[in-house]
Amino acid sequence: MLTQIWLMPTLPLLGFLSLVLTAGTLPKRAVAVIGAGSIGLAFLVALSVAIQFLASGEEAVTQSLWVWMSVGGFNPGFSFYIDGLTVVMMLVITGVGFLIHLYSTGFMIDDPSYSRFFSYMNLFVAAMLTLVLADNLVLLYLGWEGVGLCSYLLIGFWYTNPENGYAARKAFVVTRVGDTSMALGLFLLFAQLGTLNIQDMLHAAEAEWQVGSGMAIAAALLLLGGAVGKSAQLPLQTWLPDAMAGPTPISALIHAATMVTAGVYLIARTHVVFELAPSVQELVAWIGLITLLMSGFTAMAQHDIKRILAYSTISQIGYMFLGLGVGAWSAAIFHLMTHAFFKALLFLGAGTVILSLHHEHDIFKMGGKRKQLPVAFLSFLIGGLALTAFPFTSGFFSKDEILLAALALEGPGTILWLGGVIGAFFTGIYTFRLIFVVFFGESKGHDQEKEVAGWNMAGPLFVLMLLSLVGGFISIPVDAVFAHGEEHAEHHVSTLIHGIMIVVPLIGIAISYLFYCSGQLSIDKLMASKLAQSLHRFWFSGWGMDKLYDGLFVRPFVALARLNSKDFIDWLYGLLVSLTRWGNALVVKSQTGYLRWYALSIALGLAVLLTLGVTL
Amino acid sequence: MQGIPYEHGLILASILFAIGLVGVLTRRNIVFLLMSLEIMLNACGLAFIVASARWEQADGQVMFLMILTLAAAEVAVGLGLIIQLYRRYHTVDIDRLSEMKG
Repeated sequence: MLTQIWLMPTLPLLGFLSLVLTAGTLPKRAVAVIGAGSIGLAFLVALSVAIQFLASGEEAVTQSLWVWMSVGGFNPGFSFYIDGLTVVMMLVITGVGFLIHLYSTGFMIDDPSYSRFFSYMNLFVAAMLTLVLADNLVLLYLGWEGVGLCSYLLIGFWYTNPENGYAARKAFVVTRVGDTSMALGLFLLFAQLGTLNIQDMLHAAEAEWQVGSGMAIAAALLLLGGAVGKSAQLPLQTWLPDAMAGPTPISALIHAATMVTAGVYLIARTHVVFELAPSVQELVAWIGLITLLMSGFTAMAQHDIKRILAYSTISQIGYMFLGLGVGAWSAAIFHLMTHAFFKALLFLGAGTVILSLHHEHDIFKMGGKRKQLPVAFLSFLIGGLALTAFPFTSGFFSKDEILLAALALEGPGTILWLGGVIGAFFTGIYTFRLIFVVFFGESKGHDQEKEVAGWNMAGPLFVLMLLSLVGGFISIPVDAVFAHGEEHAEHHVSTLIHGIMIVVPLIGIAISYLFYCSGQLSIDKLMASKLAQSLHRFWFSGWGMDKLYDGLFVRPFVALARLNSKDFIDWLYGLLVSLTRWGNALVVKSQTGYLRWYALSIALGLAVLLTLGVTL
Repeated sequence: MQGIPYEHGLILASILFAIGLVGVLTRRNIVFLLMSLEIMLNACGLAFIVASARWEQADGQVMFLMILTLAAAEVAVGLGLIIQLYRRYHTVDIDRLSEMKG
């Protein structure tokens, strides 16, 4: 049974190959059919696999294709592993991925590199599916690097602008820091446990390591480094806001819905290792909390519609990390899924706004656009409500679960809960600040433009709106995966706690209404003091992290490289070069262009050879 | 017909070859260059004939026939090239055609 698992990554890969080998010679219609169709087919396969898997009632299914390499006891294979967690991930990736591909067929229609765009997108989906389907960490790492590559290619998609190339390099280099840590983690796990097959590795870890032992802590820390880099958490979060240089569907697919949540998936997948290292698990929660608060502040100070959403993505992944850190594994994955729905919706809505207003990114140059851009307005309204955890939208249920799990934790639980609630308050403010400034109030330009929303762009938006509204009622089948680690005791909390969690985001919305819509409170008065201004600047720059890293790592490295550029090795190679040059100049002299010289040298050579032949 | 000793034939061939070589090295007119080359080729042919007669083997004569055809082909191509060169540069002076140098 379940023999068609291999089709899932293969279909997008075939799409990628056929697009990249035709090198843009196909008509746009054919490119759209191949690009979006391959993902659509992959979604159908994923659906059928999921239904068969859930109907079979088994805990996990493995499909081995072939052994990748076999060295000593090390033989990772191209093997796919399906359990409840994988089912959720693959459905989100192919489902949301297909909607975004469909949207892109309209969004990118005027781009000259239409085919290149879809080939990268297909490659990304293939790599992402490899990541979540892998049954061993080596194959997972292949997918992990594959999505990193596609992220680089797509951030720098409009490569003629050097700034985009810089943003792409920054994303690549910063995530490389995390990836190196993860690779070291894999080496450590293999050296200690002798296998990289995920399930075997987890069993071996449980059997061999004590809770809180040094090896478990080291392994968990190294894996966490990889997750932090990929998921843009503190201290490696600086690349994500710049990654918005790519086309907006890319931001929706890679930098909101799927790739950046790979870190959450990694931690959930190897959750046994983290349970063996409780101190690291608590660290995960703190990283999540600090990240979600910091990026919440930053999001309130931004002007660029996509940067606001980028910081809100960092903040929402912070919630997922918080959930992972307090051991609410399934709640974190649940939030991953609902976040994929509403953040993809928000980004695609932002794409519609940007495309309709001729690539305007500054929200303060829009205003009053709710009649002019009705579909985008509806997308933002529903996506925004889900993002702020408005009761009975999808985000409400998932965020609720995470916060309740945090509260149930002994020790720092109350502080984590309080921080999460404060974060939700900021979420309300910055989300509705965006909505009020763009869609309400007086128009500040761009009055003539009509909304660009064909069926292939509006359709995915409506589906995502529906999912954002009712996605909270989907129950995800991950209980078996985390069964042994998670306590399923019902949290009995007072209605007061529930009330606080419902009301706090609403207060945030109300404050943002008073400031940005009704005008009863004035932002200018608030900004009058010097302190407020410098605070605004500080938050606008993302807590000065870029400047800090620039001074701490980039500049010293560049200075060191400059110092080192004339070292002994370099001199050795320089010598080789000048020797070759010198020899060349010598031989050039013999090439006079006179035929008689050549004939004479041949004759002389013959005479020498003959003489040698006779005398010897 | 065992009249001529083979050494004489080889000496004649060597002299012809030397004359041809000196012609190639000293002449400036490409047409004469080509003619000198022909002399060198025929010197080789003569050496083959002499060797063939000395050892009473037919191989040398076969080789000479081949050199003859080769020389004819070479002259055809060579003359064609000379005509093209002349059309292009209006000269048959080999020393003025020295563009291809290091």
